Amino acid sequence: MSELKINDFVIRFANVNGTGSASANALFTKAIFKMGVPATPKNIFPSNIQGLPTWYEVRISEKGYLGRREGIDFIVSVNPQSMARDVKSVRKGGYFLYDSTKPLYPDLIRDDINYIGIPLMQLSNENYTDPRQRQLFKNIIYVGALAALFEIEFEVLESLLAVQFKGKEKLIEPNIKALKLGVDYVRENFEYPLELRVERRDLIGDRIMMDGNSACALGAIYGGATVAAWYPITPSTSVVDAFTKYAQKLRACSEGGKWNVAIVQAEDELAAIGMVIGANWNGARSFTATSGPGLSLMNEFLGLAYFAEIPCVLIDVQRTGPSTGMPTRTQQSDILEAAYAAHGDTKHVLLFPAGPRECFEMTAAAFDLAERLQTPVIVMTDLDLGMNEHITMPLKWDDNRRYDRGKVMSREQLETATARWGRYLDVDGDGIPYRTIPATHPTKGGFVTRGSSRDEYAAYTEDSAAYQRNMERLLKKFETAETLVPEPEITIVEGGSKIGAIYFGTSRYAAEEAAEMLAAEGVKLDTICVKAFPFGKSFRDFVDSHEKIFVIEQNRDAQFKSLMTIELGTDPGKLVSVLNYDGMPITADFIYKEIKSGQ
Amino acid sequence: MSYVRSKFRHPHLPKNDLGYTVDYYEGSLSTLCAGCGHDSISAAVAQACFELNIEPHKVAKMSGIGCSSKTPAYFLEHSHGFNSVHGRMPSVATGANLANRDLIYLGVSGDGDTASIGMGQFVHVIRRNLNMLYIVMNNGCYGLTKGQDSATADAGSINKSGHINPFESIDLASLAIELGATFVAQSFSGDKDQLVPLIKVAMAHRGFAFLNVVSPCVTFNNNVGSTKSYDYVRNHMEMTSTMDFVPISREITADYAEGSAQLVTMHDGSQICLRKLDHDWDPLNRISAINAVQIARSKGEVLTGLLYMEAASPDLHDYLKTCDAPLNSLTEKELCPGSAMLDEICNGLR
Repeated sequence: MSELKINDFVIRFANVNGTGSASANALFTKAIFKMGVPATPKNIFPSNIQGLPTWYEVRISEKGYLGRREGIDFIVSVNPQSMARDVKSVRKGGYFLYDSTKPLYPDLIRDDINYIGIPLMQLSNENYTDPRQRQLFKNIIYVGALAALFEIEFEVLESLLAVQFKGKEKLIEPNIKALKLGVDYVRENFEYPLELRVERRDLIGDRIMMDGNSACALGAIYGGATVAAWYPITPSTSVVDAFTKYAQKLRACSEGGKWNVAIVQAEDELAAIGMVIGANWNGARSFTATSGPGLSLMNEFLGLAYFAEIPCVLIDVQRTGPSTGMPTRTQQSDILEAAYAAHGDTKHVLLFPAGPRECFEMTAAAFDLAERLQTPVIVMTDLDLGMNEHITMPLKWDDNRRYDRGKVMSREQLETATARWGRYLDVDGDGIPYRTIPATHPTKGGFVTRGSSRDEYAAYTEDSAAYQRNMERLLKKFETAETLVPEPEITIVEGGSKIGAIYFGTSRYAAEEAAEMLAAEGVKLDTICVKAFPFGKSFRDFVDSHEKIFVIEQNRDAQFKSLMTIELGTDPGKLVSVLNYDGMPITADFIYKEIKSGQ
Repeated sequence: MSYVRSKFRHPHLPKNDLGYTVDYYEGSLSTLCAGCGHDSISAAVAQACFELNIEPHKVAKMSGIGCSSKTPAYFLEHSHGFNSVHGRMPSVATGANLANRDLIYLGVSGDGDTASIGMGQFVHVIRRNLNMLYIVMNNGCYGLTKGQDSATADAGSINKSGHINPFESIDLASLAIELGATFVAQSFSGDKDQLVPLIKVAMAHRGFAFLNVVSPCVTFNNNVGSTKSYDYVRNHMEMTSTMDFVPISREITADYAEGSAQLVTMHDGSQICLRKLDHDWDPLNRISAINAVQIARSKGEVLTGLLYMEAASPDLHDYLKTCDAPLNSLTEKELCPGSAMLDEICNGLR
């Protein structure tokens, strides 16, 4: 037996899609979380309903690292389709748990890993009669086996099942029986526990476990969204699913059976964003959620919203492009697409949440920003963040917080205004004009909103000077946006460093872990976690004050780096890209190696 | 087009119940070609709103792109308008309607904007029975890009450059009935006497009201051989009576001979007295309505007037069970569940 690895290992489950493995695997993760130990799961799933291989990887980290780590210590391989691949993926000295109902093919035998054969199918068939149950409980049996092997507290599993099957109590007993079948088989046939072990700790505190899409949905509820229009697309679908679920709980109106919300499944993404723009134009907070292909379709409308100055909120859960790409894999590859969506000179405000808590906060804030700035705000999350559960700080809301509806002329203001109101007139010098909501006043404030050029008073014009004035005001408004978006988080090492690292979104956890790994070897690295575009002064200062900067991002073309050189004129020579674009969440090991060799 | 609008108004212009004269319902000066059918429709909209005693600010004018979509600037100047993007007016109207169910939504589109680029949204806004009036100013061609055939140009129709359109046309009225539109009517821009009451009824209808108005393009599609020319339409409108030629500088009017009368009761109890349509056909019966339109088409005729209506039907708000108050009037009080609820939700995630 090699050295003890308490609360520090990676386990991967190789399953067949659609066989009920997800809930069994989630039970495993949640049990570790409940034992006070940080655990970060990643779904690596196919674009398929049933039959193709799917993986679920959990990193257990006493130190609280939440990023992915390379090297698999233990694999539960119950999918014959992927076994050859799975057996190769285990690190030397690691473990391979398989269903021994049928013998392993000789070519799957490696002499440098350990095999744990459990007759899962046989145990399940002997104990359950219903074919569906036989399938499902095979999964629960291996969770029981893992509990024995890793010393996961059985009572924790029992209490989780009690919560999961509240209201369906008769399902608890057969589940517990399946867990015990696994536990007993291990106890009777293997030396246990392994050197890979889970030990109770108090490392979670009051943190919660949540997926980013649910957090965005809750942010939209708290942010006052009343109209959601969307078109189904992986990986953003569960944003609106969760919004619907929360709305059913939180948005019932006082008249019975009616709702303070309208959720429309549109015919396509064009219609979805069109509805969002129409609703916002008419004074309701409205959003859509989509992914890359949908964002491409929404370009035209985003140009309209930018130019006609209509607030709207879009949640882009990025996936691997281009085109259909890998729809169930993650990437940060919509950066340029989102920043400059639509033809002509356009720029959009982007927010980059790194965890569910920020998904919540930034989605809620996006509505304020969009209305304050009268422009689209795009929340740039990704599949890793959206569809995986993450340990995150509890969500908080200040009850004194009021929605910032921005510069909207009230009936009284229109009535008493002495100066002539101009929809596109920059009264305050910040580039943001005053808008009116339809039907505010019988005779004042009405105008035609259009995507064509107009003067300060919303009258159609093809006058070059008026067009140019308007375009320059829009630019000024974008400069104002710099001062309103969330500030980046900057970490300067003691004494400062000449080398910096820039990252955003889900690259954060791996980047921070890599920085620690490098620090342990004496490589000093200042870091900045970017939260928004446009970039503000603190970002520019960070860039200016470092000689060499690693830009960590999850796409092939260094899109964020391009954005920096376009917007700030940064010398590309001082920017070194660290690019992960294989569709898997970036790892600390990868960043560490890239920076180590590139410093 | 004119450059200057006369400010002169007859001192004794009649006032409606709100005390407004019809010019209160007008918009800015049209920039369309002199004699364009669309301007007649704009005038009919203004007249209908005047007669219905509508407060203009309670109307939202929605449009896409094209000659027809420019018209919202030319009527109801006190209303908000939204000249959106090509073919996408239905989605913008849907969002706007969801935000405030209390306004009247008047969508204006063209045959290119609806039957080609906007076909998807047109089809789906019908399915949702959005409470709005959707007018297509249908001239069978693309005006702003200089006269290309549109998808409503009839097969065999000859355009101004002499090209014979080989493709089957899309009949928007039949399509709307087929898709379940709850009010479908057809008219001619030159027949104000029919158009104004139709607009009034369509605006009063609760649910999706579709009005296809043949509106000749005087510049690109008013030639011999076109089936969307003034001459052709006047000669082939069923039940039409007058055939007089009207120079393009003059407003065009026409009259129908009266047919049999039928009373139809609407959702709010108001009634429509139908006089123009065929005796055999029941505008409350979808199959009968489709038959009538298709029979007329097969004879090369344009059937006008109310074609089909469903007097009471649930609209999108009913389907979605939205609250009675406009969603845009709700505040933090109704919308934000507060910190205690958030703590409770977080507890469930531990």
